[in-house]
Amino acid sequence: MSYYDPKDLRKFGDITEWSEELGTKFFDYYGKVFEEGALTAREKSLIALAVAHTEQCPYCIDAYTKDGLQRGVTKEEMMEAVHVGAAIKSGASLVHGVMMMNKVNKLDG
Amino acid sequence: MTKPRTQSLHKRESELAKANKQLEILSNGIFQDGELPTFADKIKETNQFPLRPRKLEILQINVGYMCNQVCEHCHVDAGPDRKEIMTRETMEQCLEVIRNTGAHTLDLTGGAPEMNPDFRWFVEEASKAGIQDFIVRSNLTIIRANKKYHDLPEFFKKHNVHVVSSMPHWTRGKTDKQRGDGVFDASIQALQQLNEVGYGMPDSDLRLDLVYNPSGAFLPGDQASMEKDFKKALMEDFGIHFHNLFAITNLPISRFLDYLIASDNYEDYMYQLVDAYNPAAVGNVMCTNTISVSWDGWLYDCDFNQMLGLKVASKVKHIKDYNEELLNNRNIIISQHCYGCTAGAGSSCQGTVA
Repeated sequence: MSYYDPKDLRKFGDITEWSEELGTKFFDYYGKVFEEGALTAREKSLIALAVAHTEQCPYCIDAYTKDGLQRGVTKEEMMEAVHVGAAIKSGASLVHGVMMMNKVNKLDG
Repeated sequence: MTKPRTQSLHKRESELAKANKQLEILSNGIFQDGELPTFADKIKETNQFPLRPRKLEILQINVGYMCNQVCEHCHVDAGPDRKEIMTRETMEQCLEVIRNTGAHTLDLTGGAPEMNPDFRWFVEEASKAGIQDFIVRSNLTIIRANKKYHDLPEFFKKHNVHVVSSMPHWTRGKTDKQRGDGVFDASIQALQQLNEVGYGMPDSDLRLDLVYNPSGAFLPGDQASMEKDFKKALMEDFGIHFHNLFAITNLPISRFLDYLIASDNYEDYMYQLVDAYNPAAVGNVMCTNTISVSWDGWLYDCDFNQMLGLKVASKVKHIKDYNEELLNNRNIIISQHCYGCTAGAGSSCQGTVA
């Protein structure tokens, strides 16, 4: 059995049952964030898809892949968004290489 | 040339070609064991059972199931192999009704309605009845399919027909996946031809609307946003104009049901529909203002019930006995496919309803 069950995503709203105030505040905030604003809802959906991958959240990947399809987002656009997330993720690792270089230079330069 | 990627369920001799097999699937499983509520139970929650008609506004006539395309998700199971075609005799019975109906909209559909050999005669006669809005649902590619159809834009214009056409996406890949190879290019050419005679142009009275239905097991997005995206892409890429986009939900019947089952998406899709149930859409679903007439003259609450063989629950069941008052005094027949019309902003042949 997997730790993740796709059906659990449907129960996400249930978190409010054990902490109504915080749960409600979260879902209000969440809903507000994804409304059309300076960014379109479509652009926000693609950002969410990219972040879903960097966070490696299976629920979020399911949800925002479907959300993208519903908005007419093409698979090419989705994959580009995933690469943006992946590039930042790998860049975030690689940029620490400068720390390593600094340390080497200090200790053994 | 367009090339289908699939065959009709009838041609494949699939079990799902039978309406009662489809109804059985829709009533069993997750709906039988109570995992999901039946549509009847759902609308009972808001005291909307039994579903009753409002004033009749739309007479939708299906002039035959024959089509030059075999779309993956067709709820009619239409295709070149389908021989069910409305006869001139039945058309004459329809004309009698069209001349006397209180409905303001006449909506011709198919299959490809243009493939009915009496289609032009029927349109000419029906247009004399002075119906306010006369719709023909054209799949676009028919205009390019054969020389004899090339003049359809002019013919539609002559009779002031309101053209409503399917277009699942503004990209070739998604369109052809759903509707067959070459469909996108032929559709674009047909839209350009329609624009040339004035259809869909800004400020033009020649109405050209597009119908969007999702290419897979997901619900349509917001209709207004989709319209904006379609308009931008079709204008930038091909210089095409159209008026409105209707976002329609795929109902889980016929070939779409077959697709859902084959791709292991059926239960998830039904969950999506039930989760997105919107009680505000129920009062405006199209069966409350529409009568659907089949190629052989039988009457149904909607085109979907027609494909499921669910004739109206009225003494009047055939166009030859048509009586609007009696028909309006009926209960609408429902099953779990009805969730497709009440999901989110709702869905009808005219797009969203809520």
